[in-house]
Amino acid sequence: MTRAGGAHAHEPDPETVRLPVDSDVDFHVPRQVRELREAPWAVPVAIALGGAIGAAARHGVDVLLPHAPGEFAMSTLLVNVSGCLLIGFLMVVVTDVLPGLRLLRPFCGVGVLGGYTTFSTYVVDVQHMLNAGEAGPALVYLGGTLVGAMAAVWAGISLAEGVFRRRITARRERDEEEVGR
Amino acid sequence: MITLMVALGAAIGAPLRYFTDRFVQARHDSVFPWGTHAANATACLLLGFVSALTLPEWAWALLGTGLLGALSTYSTFGYETFRLLQSRARFLAFANVAASIAAGLGAAFIGAAVAGALGG
Repeated sequence: MTRAGGAHAHEPDPETVRLPVDSDVDFHVPRQVRELREAPWAVPVAIALGGAIGAAARHGVDVLLPHAPGEFAMSTLLVNVSGCLLIGFLMVVVTDVLPGLRLLRPFCGVGVLGGYTTFSTYVVDVQHMLNAGEAGPALVYLGGTLVGAMAAVWAGISLAEGVFRRRITARRERDEEEVGR
Repeated sequence: MITLMVALGAAIGAPLRYFTDRFVQARHDSVFPWGTHAANATACLLLGFVSALTLPEWAWALLGTGLLGALSTYSTFGYETFRLLQSRARFLAFANVAASIAAGLGAAFIGAAVAGALGG
């Protein structure tokens, strides 16, 4: 199933259809397919540098809010939810506000936020809680992170669309004029 | 020193996720985010393995926190799930959550079992 096919079938909200589905790299966006060929060194180096910064920040939160294996991992939860807020905001900026900055998404999105947030630690935190017989807290952690993440992505996108409303509207009108010509 | 190890590991893990995502998407044209799913599940398998071993602090920082932490991503997973919900592809959104958690947990337990069998 392609994105275009799904779009016809479900009539998605035109306000949100501009954003890609995959924030790391989405092959339905031609520019993102080309980016590696156009900058075969700059893109991976930006991602590596961003990843190093993001993971160091996550480690910092871990040091400030330590937890033993099997305990509720508040640090991982905070990191993952705040990372989701930032990715929502970033993707609006990348798509509609600063589309000319080619390394912004690789550096900030794939790198910094990809390195800052972690799915593997989230899952292994749950595994350790289950092993420790803490099934209740494990479920709260599992579901709480998910619900928090969804709310955070929504908040990040809404915030960015609010902050940059004028620029986004102006840009879309310009795009439509170009299509109409 | 420990923070440096985390950064070094992530400098490898993050581009590895990007290339995995590209590799998978180049072969599967789908709105379902298979690329992120593959990177996350692989990282869970390896982190399950590594976290069952007794590693020195620097090695855990390099491999566990840095490399495997950055090979997986929650921001992309969360963003993709939200975008699927928003584009009214609710079934795909729920499938993404269920498959990611089921595969991730299963992989982490397998990784830990393998480490145990090897005497970790």
